[in-house]
Amino acid sequence: MNLNEIIEKLKLQVLTAQDKLDAEVSYGYTSDLLSDVIANSKEGNLWITLQTHQNIIAVAKLKDLAGIIIVNNRKPEEETLKKAEEENVPLITTEETAFNISGKLYQLISTQE
Amino acid sequence: MSTENGLSKRFEITGGDFGKAGEVSTKIKEILQEIGIDSTIIRRTAIATYEAEMNVVMYAKKAELTLHLTPTKISIRVYDDGPGIENIEVAMQEGFSTATDEMREMGFGAGLGLPNIKKNADRFKISSTPGKGTALDITIYLNQAGKK
Ligand SMILES: Nc1ncnc2c1ncn2[C@@H]1O[C@H](COP(=O)(O)OP(=O)(O)OP(=O)(O)O)[C@@H](O)[C@H]1O
Ligand SMILES: [Mg+2]
Repeated sequence: MNLNEIIEKLKLQVLTAQDKLDAEVSYGYTSDLLSDVIANSKEGNLWITLQTHQNIIAVAKLKDLAGIIIVNNRKPEEETLKKAEEENVPLITTEETAFNISGKLYQLISTQE
Repeated sequence: MSTENGLSKRFEITGGDFGKAGEVSTKIKEILQEIGIDSTIIRRTAIATYEAEMNVVMYAKKAELTLHLTPTKISIRVYDDGPGIENIEVAMQEGFSTATDEMREMGFGAGLGLPNIKKNADRFKISSTPGKGTALDITIYLNQAGKK
């Protein structure tokens, strides 16, 4: 399933990298610990987190993730937005909790397969 | 700086600035991409370098990182003059961390950085002297033979 479809179905807000939304999403990974994401996420994963600082962009790039969903209506820092634009990483926000959005994404991906 | 035996480059990592962190590993990734190194090798190198860089930023004041590339391998040496590590065996364990509350709030401190380096390297050597500093030697082979 591509990122665009997920964004529409889950009513997410895209803040950056509008031209990368046709990327295929392989699965999701939910974690707020950066080294854990580095260790356990997979290429093409959509990363769900409450972290908002710019190191999340570096981590997404390192692992070639499809994008980052920031939960609980939190807003990324200015520097994070700038870096996401520079590096062309889709930054997405939602008012949902990590639990809820993970559940919805899981449902969406697994019913599609 | 190029030599007949390959390519050597030196970088400075400066501690304390979380924001700027990741710059050196990004640069190394770009260099390897330009040369046309296999993308899996690049990813492993970038991950190992990023974790080493973050540790310098969080625990040491500054470090020198050298990248050495030959036709058979990538070698990375990170040499800092920070506080050093009392017990390397313990520091290498998954989950061990002395990260501060501020670092943990930002998502650091899983205690997975050094294990991530080890996992992504074909060879990994760490040595440290408390009060003097820490040295990491990371080797990633370019050919199948030594590959993980
Ligand atoms: N360069 C260093 N200088 C001094 N101490 C270090 C250095 N690198 C690591 N350490 C020590 O080893 C511990 C474990 O490091 P490791 O990278 O595995 O985890 P972490 O940095 O605490 O958390 P994470 O990397 O998961 O964010 C650190 O908490 C720190 O005490
Ligand atoms: Mg670390």
